Formats: sequence, structure tokens, C-alpha cells
Amino acid sequence: MSLLDSSVWEVIKASFNPDIWRELVKPVGETVYMTVISSIIVLLFGIIVGIFLTITGPDGLLPLKIPYHASGWMINVLRSLPQMVTIILMIPVARLIFGKSYGTNACIIAIAASCIPMYARIVESSLLEIGKGKIEAAKSIGSNNFQIITKVIIPETFPSLIRGFTVAVISIISMTALAGMFGAGGIGDIAVRFGYQRFQHDRLFACVYILVILVQITQGTGNLISNRILKTRNLI
Amino acid sequence: MSYIEIKNLKKTFRTRGKENDVLKGIDLEVREGEIFGIIGFSGAGKSTLARCINRLEVCDSGTVKVGGVDILALNKSELLKERRKIGMVFQNFNLFDSRTVYKNIAYPLEIAHFPKSKIKERVLETAELVGLSDKLDAYPGGLSGGQKQRVGIARALVNKPELLISDEATSALDPQTTIQILDLLKEINQKSGITILMITHELDAIRYSCNRMAVLEGGKIIEKGTVADIFNNPQSRTGELFAKVFTEFQSISLTEGAGI
Ligand SMILES: Nc1ncnc2c1ncn2[C@@H]1O[C@H](COP(=O)(O)OP(=O)(O)OP(=O)(O)O)[C@@H](O)[C@H]1O
Ligand SMILES: [Mg+2]
Repeated sequence: MSLLDSSVWEVIKASFNPDIWRELVKPVGETVYMTVISSIIVLLFGIIVGIFLTITGPDGLLPLKIPYHASGWMINVLRSLPQMVTIILMIPVARLIFGKSYGTNACIIAIAASCIPMYARIVESSLLEIGKGKIEAAKSIGSNNFQIITKVIIPETFPSLIRGFTVAVISIISMTALAGMFGAGGIGDIAVRFGYQRFQHDRLFACVYILVILVQITQGTGNLISNRILKTRNLI
Repeated sequence: MSYIEIKNLKKTFRTRGKENDVLKGIDLEVREGEIFGIIGFSGAGKSTLARCINRLEVCDSGTVKVGGVDILALNKSELLKERRKIGMVFQNFNLFDSRTVYKNIAYPLEIAHFPKSKIKERVLETAELVGLSDKLDAYPGGLSGGQKQRVGIARALVNKPELLISDEATSALDPQTTIQILDLLKEINQKSGITILMITHELDAIRYSCNRMAVLEGGKIIEKGTVADIFNNPQSRTGELFAKVFTEFQSISLTEGAGI
């Protein structure tokens, strides 16, 4: 059903047609799969790079001017690329790894390339939130740098790290939709193929609902966990 | 015998090309087992001096010896070990919000790889000493200032250090709590013979706790001696000012706070 020949109300009604939703089960699965795998990769590498930035930064535990500025510059370059450009750039990389440049797994590479730098910056700013005094105290007790990172900085900033991760997952969800245009499948693929190319706006609407729900669930879960921790710690 | 020996300690901060001579040749001896007070106005360089003792701040020249150990000659791992023998408490407590009181106190033992049973024994013992036995499962976020500082003191003491540096430990507390914390420090000093370096801008604290003291002004020790001598017969402007302010406020805060 299209907005070109039907009213908005009719399209909305049609968008709840069980047939449409049945067809959406597989794409939703693909989107969730892409989001979960990408999120894990982004989480892992984002944390590592974020920690690296924090400790090598000017006020860090181990200031290293050149590595800090070099990696900072790399991150800024990657972040200045629109997500679509990153996807196109990653096509040869995906071909190198998977032997084909399309499909869900290939797009995960593009998502990682785009979202790791973003999440690394979020991690960096979360980790920098820790009061200087706590690090000072940890040092005065005789902690080495590894202990300060794993036993003080990360646990102390954990709620903020979770909130940052929520932001990252949400932008991963939106990027999986974009990746759909490049053969990754998922909700984005449906939205483009039916909603854009065939004017089947009822399907497009259903895709919108699902994306909204996915984002809400992510944000809600993130808020819940971080608030729960803050409450346990008596900080709110 | 002097436990801390500082000779001609100098420290200059350079920020954006501007030089700030914070410590301009400090000479100081603190005897083993005493509570030694250092007083000075804000910005006098008290915290910087304290931080030079456990090398949180690297000084430019001079010598720092703690218990005969030349702090500046230590390599990295020796320094970490040495810091475990020097407890430090802070004005802002600097507790770990992610850890319960128990876990905060246990932290120094954890990083020193003590066995779990030993950790438990020491934590319970130290918590008892500072009067926190009933708060072990609480998080610092839910404690009062005085309780927080008790946790800070317990954390500093749990590894049985030989020296405790207290950098304005009572400055964020009300007079009554201040007296309680000072009493606690005195008690600990008498029980274990730990040397305490008490840095403060509060006269009450020094007068109440210390036997000997030094006045720090403009990066130099301008007076040192027994507390009685300095209050009765101040040689410097700062000493005079402190003594004057003290006599004016003495009756109010000390008597009210301590109930004496
Ligand atoms: N890391 C630093 N970098 C640059 N300047 C510093 C640094 N730490 C301290 N200073 C400067 O050194 C001087 C002394 O600071 P310090 O913290 O030792 O004073 P203080 O006597 O402890 O004061 P307060 O009573 O306010 O705590 C100040 O002028 C401060 O600006
Ligand atoms: Mg200070």
C-alpha cells in the first residue's frame, strides 16, 4: 500500500497486517545479529583504544605524545567520514576477508570501522571523568598502572561507560539500516527495497516501528543498568 | 632519631612557560613516633611537600629520606613497595565509590596480593579500630563526612604503614567530627607508634594533636619547634597571625567541639 494512492491512516492500518510482520521476522533477525556482533566488536576494540587514549594522553598515567596524537588523528579522520563513505571504503577490505563484498558479515566490518573510533572517544571521555584524587589515592597506596586501570578507573566510571555504550549501540542500529542498502539485509534492506523502490509505505512504516522499538529497548536497558549501579553505590 | 629527613627540597612548577617556585629549599626532620604538624596558608605548598615525600610529585632537587630509605633513589617497583609503607589521607577522602567500605579498606592488601583470609582478618581488625565495624557493607556514597574519613584512615592503615601523611584530613569536617578524627589519629599513634605528618591550615588540629610543628610560608619553613613555643612566642608573621587568630577562636571551636 502506498501513500501515493491511500491516506496516511489506511497505510498505518495496513502496516499492522500480520503478513507484513511475518515477512519481517528474518530481516529483524539479521539486524539484531548485525547489531549484536558489531556491538561486541565495537565494545572490545573501543574500550582498548579508549584506554590507550586515556593513559597516553597529556594527563594520563603514561603520557606518550606521538602515539597519542597519531591515534587521535587516525580517529578523527575515520570519524570525519560519513558512514556511507566508510561502508564503500570497506568494500575491498570485506572482500579480502570474506571473499565477497556484500552480505551481513561484510557490513559488520564497515560498521566496526565507523563505530569503533566513535566509541573509543566516548570511552576516553568517560574514563577522564574520574576524579584526579582517586587516582592519587590509588597511587599513594602503591598501585601499579594496570591495577589503577582495572581496579579503580574502570569500576569507578562503569555507569558512564555503560551509558556511552548505549549511545554506540544505537548508532550501530542506525548504521545497520544504512548497510541494508549495500546488501547487508536486515530492516534497512526492506525499507529501501519496498519502501523506497516500490512505494510500499505500509512496509516502510513497519520497519520504522521496529527500529524505534529496538532503540527504545537499548536506551531503556542502558539507563536501567547504569541507574541501578548508581543506586547501589548510593550516588543517586 | 628522625624518621623523615628532608634536605633542601626544591620544586618548581612550569605551566605554559610560567615558573612557579612552590618549594624553595625545605629542611625538615620528623622524629619516629611523633605527630608532627605542618601549618600554612592556602597555596603555601603544603600538599606539594606531602606529595614529594611519597614521590607522587617529583621534586627538582634535594633529598627525601623516610625511615632511612632514600626515596628519590628508588626504582619504579621499589617505589611502589615503599609507598605501601606510607599511608596517606586526603581532604576529599578520595574513596572508591565502586567499592563497599570493606572493599575500600581491603584494596591496599588486594593489590599487595595478600591471601583472602589474611585480608579479611586485617580489614575487620582495622574497621574495629576506626569504629566502622557496622558499616562494612555500605558504599561510601551513603556515609557522612566523618565516616568517610574513617574509611580513608582505615584504608591508609590497613597495610600497617610506618608513616601516615594526613593532608588536611579534617578540613572538610565540622568541628565536632574533626575532634573525633583527631582523637582517632592520636589513639592510633599511641597504640602503634606510627609517625604522623599532619598537614593542615587549622590551628586547632595542630594544637590539639601535635607536639612539634613547622610553619610553611612562600615555599619555605619559616619556623619550627614545639607547638607551645610557636604559639606563645611566634617568630614569623604567619606564626603570629595564626597564634592571634587562634587565641580569638580557641574558646569557641575547641571547647564546643571537644566538650572540654
Ligand atoms: N600539578 C601542579 N601544576 C602546577 N602548579 C601546581 C600544581 N600543584 C600545585 N601547584 C601550585 O603550587 C602552589 C602550592 O600548591 P599546594 O597545593 O601545595 O598548596 P597548599 O599549601 O596545599 O594549599 P591548600 O591549603 O589550598 O591545599 C599553588 O600555587 C599551586 O597553584
Ligand atoms: Mg593542599
